[in-house]
Amino acid sequence: MADMATADLSRLIEAAADTIAAHADELTALDQAIGDGDHGLNMKRGFEAVRAEADAFAAKPLPEALKAIGTKLVMTVGGASGPLFGTLFMALGKEISAGPDRATLTMAFGKAIEAVAARGKSQTGQKTMLDVLQPVHEALAEEKTAAEIVAVADRAAQATVPMKALRGRASFLGDRSIGHMDAGARSTALLVRAVAETIERHA
Amino acid sequence: MSNVGIVIVSHSPLVAEGTADMVRQMVGDEVPLAWCGGNGHGGLGTSVEAIMGAIEKAWSEAGVAILVDLGGAETNSEMAVEMIGEPRAQKIVVCNAPIVEGAVMAATEASGGASLKEVVATAHELSPA
Repeated sequence: MADMATADLSRLIEAAADTIAAHADELTALDQAIGDGDHGLNMKRGFEAVRAEADAFAAKPLPEALKAIGTKLVMTVGGASGPLFGTLFMALGKEISAGPDRATLTMAFGKAIEAVAARGKSQTGQKTMLDVLQPVHEALAEEKTAAEIVAVADRAAQATVPMKALRGRASFLGDRSIGHMDAGARSTALLVRAVAETIERHA
Repeated sequence: MSNVGIVIVSHSPLVAEGTADMVRQMVGDEVPLAWCGGNGHGGLGTSVEAIMGAIEKAWSEAGVAILVDLGGAETNSEMAVEMIGEPRAQKIVVCNAPIVEGAVMAATEASGGASLKEVVATAHELSPA
């Protein structure tokens, strides 16, 4: 996978917003099964708000752009996903450099995951977006290709199906949360695919 | 007014407003009080922007105690406090307490001039760890 400096940020924003919009109904259905059913709509609202200002974000240096995107998500998503995905981008922006190489991206991504875990008072194995972020971080660190990273993310989201939810609304269901994919894990895998494939295509 | 302020954050504007009504019945205007509820787009949920506005409205130099309902309200409230930033953030506490009982008890404590620490402790007594 090429480094992020070679990718046009506005293309990444378009790809991310496209995949969230295309899968909004699926994300909502996943969330309806074991949550409050607003994940698809909330994420779509947030990423459309980011898309609407894509040019302004893309004009900023990468760290500032990511922080601004995170803030926009925090302000527009409207569910717990807002602070969680917002924190991911804000922390990534705080840690990354303007033209990051793979090592810097990996380091910054690791720090951003820690920030998300702190924000959600969660850890891996609790049927959340962290269960996708963590394996993706490991794949980044192991110099995997874009295609491999996408596969890792998809497998990781799938692996939340047999897990019992220990955080969020789904945790109220206890054992009944078993057998359903976590909506946040699915949206995270979709975003990983969008970003990885866009960077690969335009490298 | 130097009494601690109370902010009520629910996923439902009806719950938030109703809780605020119950607080007002108990303490009148002796405590700065604000509420917010809903995702800002007509649906259930919580909005960081609305929470920041409510904190602003209920702001007191003695501090602000926030009462929340479900997890997202807590996460969004913590985000709002972080975005307000220091030095005010250290005077804002998101309480771990049932929203209705916590708000009424915390406000009653606040109306007597109690410190933020005392107000928060009163709310937390309702949620034995």
